Amino acid sequence: MQLSPNELTALWLSAKIALCCMLVCLPVGVAVAWLLARHDFRGKLLLEAFVQLPMVLPPVVPGYLLLVLFGNRGLIGGFLHQHFGLQLAFNWKGAVLASATMAFPLMVQPVRLAFQMIDRRLESAAATLGANPWQVFASISLPLAIPGIVAGAILCFSRALGEFGATMAFVGNIPGETRTVPLAIYSALHQPGGEAAAARLATLSIMLAFAAMILSHVLTRRSERKLGYRLRAQA
Amino acid sequence: MSSRAVASANSDIACVLKLEFEFRRDAFTLRARCELHAPVTGICGPSGAGKSTLLAQVAGLLKPARGTIMFEGETLFDADAGIFVPAHRRHFGLVFQDGQLFPHLSVHANLLYGQRHLATAQRRFDLQTVLDMLEIAPLMQRRPGQLSGGERQRVALGRALLYSPRLLLLDEPLSSLDRRLKQQILPFLKRIRDETRIPMLYVTHAPEEVLALGGEIVEMEGGLLPAT
Repeated sequence: MQLSPNELTALWLSAKIALCCMLVCLPVGVAVAWLLARHDFRGKLLLEAFVQLPMVLPPVVPGYLLLVLFGNRGLIGGFLHQHFGLQLAFNWKGAVLASATMAFPLMVQPVRLAFQMIDRRLESAAATLGANPWQVFASISLPLAIPGIVAGAILCFSRALGEFGATMAFVGNIPGETRTVPLAIYSALHQPGGEAAAARLATLSIMLAFAAMILSHVLTRRSERKLGYRLRAQA
Repeated sequence: MSSRAVASANSDIACVLKLEFEFRRDAFTLRARCELHAPVTGICGPSGAGKSTLLAQVAGLLKPARGTIMFEGETLFDADAGIFVPAHRRHFGLVFQDGQLFPHLSVHANLLYGQRHLATAQRRFDLQTVLDMLEIAPLMQRRPGQLSGGERQRVALGRALLYSPRLLLLDEPLSSLDRRLKQQILPFLKRIRDETRIPMLYVTHAPEEVLALGGEIVEMEGGLLPAT
């Protein structure tokens, strides 16, 4: 399977955007997951719904909202552009924001579940051994949630690789800047004689997604075993 | 059995835990009003009496609604004055029913978990002393999942001891073990009592465990301590 330079560019761009998306979502996702798993507060239901929203909306809707908010004349985008010279619309950083918006719920869900599954008495035990709340989080809760965090990160990465609707609406389909693999497939399909390119890129997408899922399972299992959740039969 | 613990004759350890508080959760109300002086005090009562909840308040894991908790003259909780010393500053050791060892850490790391939160001057026991006292040296490299119930409880005791607690809180430490294992662990508890002189507050539904340790018993029932 020989990829053309344009297809390679799209692949490289997809990987870069997905990786950045994962790195952005990771700390925020862990924080929000912790908040949802361990705290009761006013408006928690609203926050939950807000986090989940991108999963059930047509992706073009978040894309449109991002354009309104983060466009160069948007409420937030205008401010960023004026004061920091940061432009999001129609460049690859905007594509990271679009994928992060769409992939965020997939990061939060498994991490939240992992936090909820931790026996609270382990955290209590750590507190009665002199660990302050931050130390409890860093030495007990976070390490015990690693299988969930790994799963969330890989899901987030894979979802970002496949992002289409929100990206298209917010940052367009600019070759070399925002044309990721899904957008390249879309473009190829609209070109006469582009079927072969579309097929190559589609095959590549399937392979990448498959590899990510397998990697997620392997890593989750390995960290669960390391954490003592699964023990090989022992005498 | 006396319903109120009074200063025992053999009390050469000055432990005064003064409890005068009330705690509510849903329909359950816990009222404690007693002074504990003995080196070993057992809080006994049927399950659902609120024994573990009481221990959680002493440990600082739960906050009473009103009242005060004092330990050796230090106010740990005072609702009116707005004082609440959180668990990690009380310097009490708590041993749970099933040990609650950290599953992702080796026995060695579990044992040292509390100790590393202490300044060197605060450390009363070194690792070797505790390993010998509880006979757990051969377990050091294992994971908690690879321990038997009795081994797990001994490691949990060791972990609490290495934190050099001012008071040892024991929440049904033997109830997950069968009779044979109970008989094996009790001598270790006696050793802790005699060699460390750390006062113990021992919660259990089996008063014979407390009697075996020569402790005084306070009955608890229906959220009332002492039961009236």
